[in-house]
Amino acid sequence: MSQIGSFALLLALALCAYSFLAGILALVNKGPGSERIGETARRAGIASFAIVFLAAVVLVVAAFQNDFSIAYIFHHSNRDLPAPYKFATLWSGQEGSLLFWALLLSAYGLVLRLRYKTDVRLFAYASVIIAAVQVFFLLLLNFAANPFGVMQGTLPPDGTGLNPLLQYPEMVIHPPMLYLGYVGFTVPFAFALAALIMRYPGEKWIQITRRWTMVTWGFLTCGVFLGAHWAYSVLGWGGYWGWDPVENASLMPWLTGTAFLHSVMMQEKRGMLKTWNMWLIFSTFMLSIFGTFLTRSGVVSSVHAFAQSSIGDWFVAFLAIIFATCLFFYVKNRSHLRTEHKLESLVSRESSFLFNNLLLLVACFTVLWGTLFPVLSEWVQGTKVTVGPPFFNRVNIPVALLLLLLTAVGPLLAWRRTSIDSLKRNFLWPAIGALALGILLVALGMKPWKDVSYFYSLMTIMLSALVAFTVISEFVRGGRVIGRHTSQNLFASMVQLAHRNTRRYGGYIVHFGVIVIMIGFAGSVFNQDKEQEMGFGDKMTIGAYTLVCQSYTQDDNPNYGSEWAVMNVFKGGKQIATLNPERRFYKASQQTSTMVANRSTPQEDLYVVYEGQNPETGRPIIKVHLNPLVMWVWVGVWIMIVGTVVALIPNAVQARVAAPARMRVEPVGAGD
Amino acid sequence: MRTKRSLSSRQNSLSSRANRGIWALGAAGEDRDSSSLTLLGMTDVFVKRSAQLVVLTLAVFTLLGAGDQSARFNDLGHKMMCVCGCNQILLECNHVGCAYSERMRAELATAVDRGDNDDLTLQGFVQKYGTTVMAAPTKTGFNRVAWITPYLALVLGLGTVVLIIGVWKGRGGNGEGSGGVGGGNSGGPGSGPEFERFRNQARKDTEV
Repeated sequence: MSQIGSFALLLALALCAYSFLAGILALVNKGPGSERIGETARRAGIASFAIVFLAAVVLVVAAFQNDFSIAYIFHHSNRDLPAPYKFATLWSGQEGSLLFWALLLSAYGLVLRLRYKTDVRLFAYASVIIAAVQVFFLLLLNFAANPFGVMQGTLPPDGTGLNPLLQYPEMVIHPPMLYLGYVGFTVPFAFALAALIMRYPGEKWIQITRRWTMVTWGFLTCGVFLGAHWAYSVLGWGGYWGWDPVENASLMPWLTGTAFLHSVMMQEKRGMLKTWNMWLIFSTFMLSIFGTFLTRSGVVSSVHAFAQSSIGDWFVAFLAIIFATCLFFYVKNRSHLRTEHKLESLVSRESSFLFNNLLLLVACFTVLWGTLFPVLSEWVQGTKVTVGPPFFNRVNIPVALLLLLLTAVGPLLAWRRTSIDSLKRNFLWPAIGALALGILLVALGMKPWKDVSYFYSLMTIMLSALVAFTVISEFVRGGRVIGRHTSQNLFASMVQLAHRNTRRYGGYIVHFGVIVIMIGFAGSVFNQDKEQEMGFGDKMTIGAYTLVCQSYTQDDNPNYGSEWAVMNVFKGGKQIATLNPERRFYKASQQTSTMVANRSTPQEDLYVVYEGQNPETGRPIIKVHLNPLVMWVWVGVWIMIVGTVVALIPNAVQARVAAPARMRVEPVGAGD
Repeated sequence: MRTKRSLSSRQNSLSSRANRGIWALGAAGEDRDSSSLTLLGMTDVFVKRSAQLVVLTLAVFTLLGAGDQSARFNDLGHKMMCVCGCNQILLECNHVGCAYSERMRAELATAVDRGDNDDLTLQGFVQKYGTTVMAAPTKTGFNRVAWITPYLALVLGLGTVVLIIGVWKGRGGNGEGSGGVGGGNSGGPGSGPEFERFRNQARKDTEV
């Protein structure tokens, strides 16, 4: 079994190397036969998908067959591991996750190479660049992190099992989503570099890659928040984001990718910011690779250190090669990136995108800076320091608030120039509404002067309301115009409006999701927690809830032994739920893990953790967190996903008005 | 909570000590006032009263702080990390039987009870557990760079964007590609009153 896998990886490397070299030859050599060579390069790239897929299947089959002769299976699986986690073995450890990365990359490459007729030459360049990235990962898999390495000596009867923290349903979906996001940015990167190398005329490459970028961004968004939900449900510390280096690594490409999605509209519509966009997508791809480097190298300490090794040097070298390549072609062809139009007014959609990009990049820089500062400090001072949540929250919250303000104002600005009167007209009522909400919250007892965190919380809610009002007013205003022409009701008109310009209105829905998430974040200021030793019949009161310990129960299955509490929850003297916080002991890995019991409502989460027994008294310890508005975070993510899907739907109508031939008039509803 | 429970009992004793302090200060002040009124003029009385008021105010604020020991414990506990390697904030480390967090929480409670100020308490932890015990860099020496750099980046970025916009506007708003609607107003095909009329017409017709 291991020999089949190893051979498949070697063959895939040969195919990708051929695809890369023959592809370059075909593009450089204009002579007869170059087209045929190019076609063989394309087919070699397609074949590489089948071979990498075979290698991945071999690894999964080995996990299901408990083939512990393969070291990777021995270290990441065991006989009694449930089937979904055996499947997830593919991405549970370093070697497997690199194979999974290679598989996704070859899948993206397959789609690209099959759709080559869209623009043969551009796709040929992009295919070569993707083949180069494939070669890097396959070199790693063959020579530095082979998932098919065999065990030495006597064959063990059972594996050491999967890390308990990873034995949670989201383990099956979180890493694939995150990897689809990371790997997916290779495609827009490849197209951008291809367009730069061949001095591609116009902005068609952006239109070709627009959907790739949005889908990739959507996957990364899902991956990041699934990770947050996983941490919330498994780690048992009551939070969902701890600014851990590996969390930061996933956030950085998301921030630059978000900036790219906004600023690329300026290039499409006005031929501006070409250099900026080129480097944004280069940076996003490099940050994806950098994230993998952070996860794998052990250069910074992380709670996610599931799979560290010495392959960091490989990533550093690869990053250096990518940067040098991008810089070389940028210097060589920078004249091609000259902007076509200049900014006309500070009060315009263009300038709002500029400020939006600035803030997103400052946030990204802050995260990168904070993540790497311990390394820098050790280098300069000889002592390591910790850069944890207090730093990131303090620096990033003001930036996030400014971004929220821009999210509210941006959609009200027209391209080129916006009159102050028009801005006032559109902004007045949303601003009054947000202000009224702020006053209401203060009247209800929120005291922003008490602590800076309360001030931030109030500002977040007010600015979120401002965004919500502007988004709603955009829908209503557009819906009314359509309703007047079609005699439809307002809701049907708004649906039609969104269908006419899905990208714009899908974007608004995404913005709406973002503010719902921000309101969820704002709730964390009011978190409470309480810890208590609780025997039978003991009570604990937190907020409006009273928890009464009913009993403790034990269970055992082949994979783990468990112990859980039966806690009756009362509110206003009435029993409203029974919660079962659990603690598990995994037999194969000899490790314990918590399973949080959570009663989630839109108002608050009652989050109960069974922490174990006090070693001195032997009494069980229960910790309860009361976390307001957490559900809003997850609901907001769903809204963002809906918005992304809407933005991917093709526009329904491209209504145009008659205009002089020399004037290009935007379609109805245009102007994202 | 084990540690918190002991802390709260200690807080009660602190509060009662504080209460006794207020009464003692007030009584002594009254004695001295009654004798001094006959010896000193009104100005002296005013000065003394003012001084007493300041002392009383300070005492009240100090004792208000003493009554908020739990908040201080919580605040300081969130400024430090557990050093067991879990990478969690000290008060959020939920590992039962953790070799470090239990001990560190107890030490923190003791320091808070003792009345050590925040700096002294944190400094004590740094000396004992090393600089990595702090959850964020301090604002001294090279560590200041950690705090300044992001804000500097923001200010420089804002300045650059404003400068770029200013320069672009100063150039008359046009680059080389001045055709069509995006062409601007520098005398190309898309300029002048006719252009504005078409633009307004287009806006009106496509207003959605």
